[in-house]
Amino acid sequence: MKKVLVLAVFALASAVTYAGGYRVSLQGNKALAMGHTGVAVVNSSESVFFNPAGLVFLEDKINISAGVHGVFSSIAYQDTSSGANARTDSPVGTPLYLYASYKATDWLALGLGVYTPYGSTVEYEDDWAGSHLVNNIDLAAIYIQPTVSFKINDKLSFGGGPIYVTGSVNFNRNLNRTLTDLEGNRSNVTIDASGVSSWGWVASTMVNLTENLHIGATYRSEIILDAEDGTAEFENIPNSPLTPFENTSIKASLPLPAEMTVGMSYDFCEKWVFAFDFNRTFWDVYESLDIDFANPEIPDSKNARNYKNASVYRFGMQYEATKMFTLRAGYYFDESPVRDGYFAPETPRNDSNNFTAGLTVNLGERLQIDASFLYSHFKEVDASYNYYFENGVSVPFSGTYKTNAFVPGLGLTYKL
Amino acid sequence: MKNILKYTFVILAVGFVSCEPEFDTPVTDEGFYSSGTADLSKYVSLGNSLTAGYADGALYITGQENSYPNIMAEQFAFAGGGEFTQPLMNDNIGGLLLNGAQITENRFVLAVGPNGNPGPIRLVGTPTTDITNRLSGPFNNMGVPGAKSFHLVAPGYGNVAGVLAGAANPYFARFASSETATVIGDAAAQSPTFFSLWIGNNDILSYATSGGLGVDQAGNFDPSTYGGNDITDPNVFASVYSQQVEALTASGAKGVLVNIPEVTSIPYFTTVPTKAIPLDAATAGALNAQFAAYNTQVLPGLVGIGFITPEEAALRMINFSAGQNFPIMTDDDLTDLTAILQGPPFSLPASLATLLGQLRQVKSDDLIVLPASSVLGTTPDPSNPQGVIGVSIPLSDQFVLAVSEQARVTTASAAYNATIQALAGAKGLAFVDAKSALARVANGGIVYDGGVLTSQFVTGGAFSLDGVHPTPRGYAYTANLIIKAINDTYNATIPMVHIGNYATITLANN
Repeated sequence: MKKVLVLAVFALASAVTYAGGYRVSLQGNKALAMGHTGVAVVNSSESVFFNPAGLVFLEDKINISAGVHGVFSSIAYQDTSSGANARTDSPVGTPLYLYASYKATDWLALGLGVYTPYGSTVEYEDDWAGSHLVNNIDLAAIYIQPTVSFKINDKLSFGGGPIYVTGSVNFNRNLNRTLTDLEGNRSNVTIDASGVSSWGWVASTMVNLTENLHIGATYRSEIILDAEDGTAEFENIPNSPLTPFENTSIKASLPLPAEMTVGMSYDFCEKWVFAFDFNRTFWDVYESLDIDFANPEIPDSKNARNYKNASVYRFGMQYEATKMFTLRAGYYFDESPVRDGYFAPETPRNDSNNFTAGLTVNLGERLQIDASFLYSHFKEVDASYNYYFENGVSVPFSGTYKTNAFVPGLGLTYKL
Repeated sequence: MKNILKYTFVILAVGFVSCEPEFDTPVTDEGFYSSGTADLSKYVSLGNSLTAGYADGALYITGQENSYPNIMAEQFAFAGGGEFTQPLMNDNIGGLLLNGAQITENRFVLAVGPNGNPGPIRLVGTPTTDITNRLSGPFNNMGVPGAKSFHLVAPGYGNVAGVLAGAANPYFARFASSETATVIGDAAAQSPTFFSLWIGNNDILSYATSGGLGVDQAGNFDPSTYGGNDITDPNVFASVYSQQVEALTASGAKGVLVNIPEVTSIPYFTTVPTKAIPLDAATAGALNAQFAAYNTQVLPGLVGIGFITPEEAALRMINFSAGQNFPIMTDDDLTDLTAILQGPPFSLPASLATLLGQLRQVKSDDLIVLPASSVLGTTPDPSNPQGVIGVSIPLSDQFVLAVSEQARVTTASAAYNATIQALAGAKGLAFVDAKSALARVANGGIVYDGGVLTSQFVTGGAFSLDGVHPTPRGYAYTANLIIKAINDTYNATIPMVHIGNYATITLANN
């Protein structure tokens, strides 16, 4: 078993492929420390996200988990043909989560989750080499999910609930590679939409094959955020009838793709847990980022994305070292949904290898402190975005990207 | 099992080594790009308006920022290049003041007129660059708009007191180190390790843009006697040019020399068609009737008496037809027949004799200059709708660069270019054949990431709204040419720029 696992981890670690779109997998410190596995793990109310069906198997009547992650992410870009280079100076992202469950009866548990599975904050220096594609973007979506979990018997349970999403996006880019006002200031547009809401749902099941071996499956539906009354603000536009850019309202759609997760967990040697999750994210819904300006004089903006469905392979281990400390570690391989030629600098994700670790400190019977750490490693990649056009001619934006992310996290778990 | 944890923590520890993502070979690392055998730490550029970043009929800040020396210096910075300073103007309007009075015009911008058609107009506004405010130099960019080859070695060329009289240059007056300074002296005093020299364009260009109003000074070795629109004698050019190269290379600096493009490569001479006059059949017929006696009797008579050759008579025939026609013009290279035609046997009235004195129609190989577009077909006297320029009033000689005048320009520029190339070879300097490069832009264009760069006025992308000077994109193309020559000559690997990232013309309605 041990040998097989080590081989599996390292085989994947050396695989070369391409991760993640704007999915932010930081939905719980316990789970993240184990490579963000959890579809078949029952140990806290983080199951509201990972597998609502598992909530009914929690031992305590009330379980509350809350926490935050600090996302320190940087992107470096360079183009050896011209020497152009850039480095993002993105603010630290702080995605939060809060889960609570209440075991109403032996067979029924109720839960509530608030979490942020999609988002992106990227800030390049204004007017950098790719400023016609993006100067900065801030995308956030908050999921609020009331949950019900019930068991058929000790071996089988189901769970699920509706999801209410409220999202916002703020996006700035230059209008093209060269347009300026008379003083040479680059013409740019800021798209802003907030309070955009929509509904989705989640459904899941858990099967306890034996006392120690569990399998689970969770499906979270696709949710399309339709911004109906966003705004477009134009800046540094030349005073000319040839550039009819005026502030106007916009319509745009941003898909939050569906995600299917299946996985297993295995308890062994009393103190150990091994978990494996497989995610499939149905990114193919993200074909194009289109912005429809209300002002008919302003041509609509079409930005092909053409994402493909992508998988994530997650492995996690847990070890109850002492009564006070539980240690965790994990690894996951995150496949990029971005196809060749669609590598846009607002989400320059190639495949990533991700290493996680963490621990829980038991402060008495009821309170736990959960800490986690994630390091995302992206290989240096030569890539281009070939779907930006000027006068009908494709102008590829290409170069070398190198990305990484450090994500420390801290949370609390309370049981009653 | 404990091993898995161990391995994981080892991997984590490796990850911690760098918090910022680092490339295996960052372009910002010293040595990624090389300057080869050249030393770019102190780069000084010499030349005229092209070197200064002049565009749209004026010098202004954003134009200077996109001068080819500045673009090159930004790329040099990857290969050991140092700071590069320019005598920046005070605004983006472009005109110059002398003690508060405006002495040069504002820049052109592309404006949409009341008829809905876009066209170049002068930007309205009061410029703020007064040439009496001398900047504290020295500056790396020593480009001086208007300078001819011999001006770079002329003491006092930057003396503000001589500007109004035409004895000094207002742009050099802004940053000359003293009233008696020379451009070449101020450049050499900076001890450049690397230089670029692109001079000589104005030695033929002012003659060409003035439609050949000046004199070809071939044989006159004293440039102090030249008029502003004259062609510089090639020996004078060779003499001052080699002086300049000597001065710049005296302490071992490497550099690059750029030759002189053909005037036929620039839209100032290629935009207005020679068949500029549209006529219907009736008007053409009426005009032909008026010139019938002149064509069939006067011209053969002049040949018969021997005043003009049969060839000149053929050149002077006037013929219109339905459709587009060549305008009539005054050509000062023709025999002046004004007095002869008033005498017997022709005895024409003075006004008619004056009209016919040096009259011909434009020929297909003449070049009509850009400013003629606002003159051709107009009626200067509103009370006389019959007085149409190009039809009944000859186009002035200053609007046409005739074939004979083009030949003088070509001869002189070929001589200059021979000097430039020979000196580059003798001194082991990089050499840029701007003449061939610009000809490629004019004939078919240059494909870049986003289109084709051509010499088409307004839309081609290479030339600014004055029709002579490049746009930022045209300058970026020039910078790439020069960088390539430097790389080839000095075994350097200075990166070029993507010219599509550089702007073309500026839109603005007043």
